[in-house]
This record gives sequence, structure tokens and C-alpha cells, in this order.
Amino acid sequence: MDLKILLEQVPDGDGTWLMSLASGLKYTLIVAALAWIIAFVLGSILGVMRTTENRWAVRLGNAYVEIFRNVPLLVQFFVWFFVLPNLFVFTKRWVNSMDPLTYQLGSSIICLGTFTAARIAEQVRAGIQSLPRGQRYAAYAVGLTQWQAYRHVLLPVAYRIIIPPMTSEVMNLIKNTSLGYSIGLVELFFRTREMGEMTFRYYEAFTAATVAYVAIALIANRIMAFIETRAAIPGFISGGSGSGGH
Amino acid sequence: MTDLDFGFLANSNTLAYLWKGLQYNFQLTIVATFGGVIWGTLLAMARLSSKKSLSLAAGGYVNLMRSIPLLLVIFWFYFLSPVLIQWVTHASRPPQIGADRSAYVTFVLFEGAYFAEIMRAGIQSIPRGQVGAAYAVGLNYWQAMRYVILPQAFRNMLPVLLTQTIILFQDTSLVSLLNVTDFIGAISKLGQSTGHLVEGYAFAAPVYFLICYLLSLAVKRLQKKIAIVR
Repeated sequence: MDLKILLEQVPDGDGTWLMSLASGLKYTLIVAALAWIIAFVLGSILGVMRTTENRWAVRLGNAYVEIFRNVPLLVQFFVWFFVLPNLFVFTKRWVNSMDPLTYQLGSSIICLGTFTAARIAEQVRAGIQSLPRGQRYAAYAVGLTQWQAYRHVLLPVAYRIIIPPMTSEVMNLIKNTSLGYSIGLVELFFRTREMGEMTFRYYEAFTAATVAYVAIALIANRIMAFIETRAAIPGFISGGSGSGGH
Repeated sequence: MTDLDFGFLANSNTLAYLWKGLQYNFQLTIVATFGGVIWGTLLAMARLSSKKSLSLAAGGYVNLMRSIPLLLVIFWFYFLSPVLIQWVTHASRPPQIGADRSAYVTFVLFEGAYFAEIMRAGIQSIPRGQVGAAYAVGLNYWQAMRYVILPQAFRNMLPVLLTQTIILFQDTSLVSLLNVTDFIGAISKLGQSTGHLVEGYAFAAPVYFLICYLLSLAVKRLQKKIAIVR
């Protein structure tokens, strides 16, 4: 193992292998950050829908979660990248006119965003349902509407309770961006593989990527722990239901 | 609408090819589940051990595996498996093994880390008095684990273990990226040779959904059954 290879120039590229990996890391983080925004907003809406008294909202939320949980993420990538744009003539023309990188980025962000949304919906639902019923009724009793009850009473507590499982979801999301490789997105894993193939220095390339992923996991973990202590409500023990997954 | 043509699927050779691919996913899932649960249980026991070095090593292993993407691990073990097997069997040369076989090593070792976390929760869910009682009647550590703690831990964690198995089944699709002909790998190859890649993936998604949804319903039923008994 000789890590000096990282400082060698990429053939027909500008910069070293280390810079190539760093550029991959940049796309990994961009995709993860944008997908997280979709996942958080959509997941919160779906999670809330599943705790309302509207039967159809509950069914719709449940159906969404079941569909996105029961199809492998790799297949979802293929559906967003190959299948959906090819269903209609105008979408086909639209994606064909697109810059390939934009198309790959867009597909990856939507795919990871909608996939992670299902998992967040599950956490948000569990968080809201873990609150005593009295909280909701008390909110209604003081004259709040359903929307106000969620906005001012239920969600502020529920979100704090689910910070630990949300931490694992953030880390899963970052790891899952590696599947962008399957549609040719130039994220960290793609660059790692490329370096291995071109230099035959697989161990060095994979060691560098492993170190990067472990570092991201540690940093994400610290940031979420910081948010958790800052957002803690005195007298509450954080719980939630988070296990499994990747 | 563009014209999709699913006609190429209506061919007994094609279906046999896809079925063979799917069987590989099932085999890999079953081996990785049994191997992973055994390896995971040993890791969980090590992690809960009073020997500091043992628990640190197990904790480090589990955290490392859980912080890197499965795809990276699959490629790591594709390169490392021959070396590992040579080391275990003391062979003179590293054996030639394909990605389809190294995947078994990968999934047992990788999923073991996830199963370890589940088993750790399972072991910790058993009241401490049970351990004390087992030692009081004269059992040693292994006997206490074998006859008292683990049977209860498995039972409590069975639904979670099975849910993880469904996730594992979905994860096995990643081996197709190493050119293994599993279900999705078979579809990719077929799609490329016949020019029906889009239809192939459009077919794969509902097939996977049906399998995983039915399995998850079965787990839910089992969960209810266990909940009543307890």
C-alpha cells in the first residue's frame, strides 16, 4: 500500500487523484444535502398525514411508505433514470436535451429524496404517536385548529424525540448516494472505482474512500448530537423507534 | 406515451433466465441471514463482554461496517475474499473466486454488523436476574447464553431480524453492479441484448414490490402472534 499514488496526476485530467476523489465527495454531499431537503419536507407531510383523522390521508401516506420501502433502492434509481423519463415522448425529448450531469444529478436527488422521505415519514409518524393523546386534546380544548395543534404543540416535541433515528437516516442517505454510481453519477464511489480501474491501485483507492466515508459519518454524528443537546427539552428522555436499515 | 413492448418477456427461456437470477438472490439472502445472525450474535456477545479489548474490537468492527456504504464493502470483499480465504485455508495461492461467490462472504460479514446491533438489543432486553439465576443454578457463561439468554433474545427480536432480512434481500440486488447475474443483473443483460432495458426495469420494480410487500405482511402477522403469547 502506497498512498503517494493519491498525489499523482490523473491521465487526461487536470489535478491529482486526491482532487478527483474530493470532487466526487463534493457531489456526494451536494446530492445528499438536496435530497435531504426533499426527504424532510415530503417525509414530514406524509408522516403528519398518517396521524390525522382523515382516512384517505392515512391510506395515501401508508401506500407511499409501503411502495418506497418494498422496492430496492437500486431498482428505484433505474426507474427514475431509465423508466419514468421514457414513458412519454415529451419527457424523453426533455431529458435527451439535458446535460448528462444535470440529468444524473436530478435523477439521483429525486430518487434519494423520495426514498428517504418514506423512512422519515415513518419516524415522524412514530414520533407523533409516541406523544400522549392528551396533548392533542388539550390543544383542541384551548381552541387551536388541527393545523395549529400540529404546528405549535405536537410537531415541536415530536421532532425533538426523533432526532436520534433521524441521525441514522442522515447517515444512511449519505451512504446511499453511492448508488448514484449505477447511473454514472460522478460521486465519491464512482471516482474511487475509476481510480482503481485506471491505476490498478484498488487498495489505495478504496482505503481513501473508506476513510472519507467514516469521517463523514463521524462528523454527521457530531453535528446531530450537537443539535440534539441544543434542542433537548428538560425532563424528556429522547426515544423514538430506529433500528435496521441502510 | 412512448410505445413500450413487454413482449420479449413472454418467452420461457427468458423467464427461466430471470428465475435463475432471482434464485441467486434468495440463496444469497438465506445464507447471509443465517451466517449473519450467527456472526452478529457472536459480535453482540463480544460487545457486551466484560473483557474491555474484546468489546472494543467488536464495537469498532460494527461501527466501521455501519459507517461505510454496502457498495464499497461489496467491492472491498471482491478484492479481499481470495486473500482472506487463502489465509483461513492456508492455501499456497489465493483461490480464484468470482463476484457471485465473494458476495456470500461480503453479505455475511456486512449484515453481521447490523444483526449484531439487533442481537445486542435483544440480549439487553432480558432482565439481569435471568443471568444471575442461570449462574446460580451452576451454568457457565456459554450454557447460560445457550439455554437461557439467547433463546429469549431471539424470540423477542424475531420480527426485527426478519424485517432486516427483507432489507437484506433488497440489498442483494447490488451485486448486479459487479456484473453478477442476479435478478436485476439478468434484466440488465437481457435488456441490453434485446434493446428493452426500460421495459425490463419497469417489470422488475413491481416484481420486487410484490415479493417484499408479501414478506413484510407475513412478518407483521408473526409480530402480532408473538405479541399475544408474551
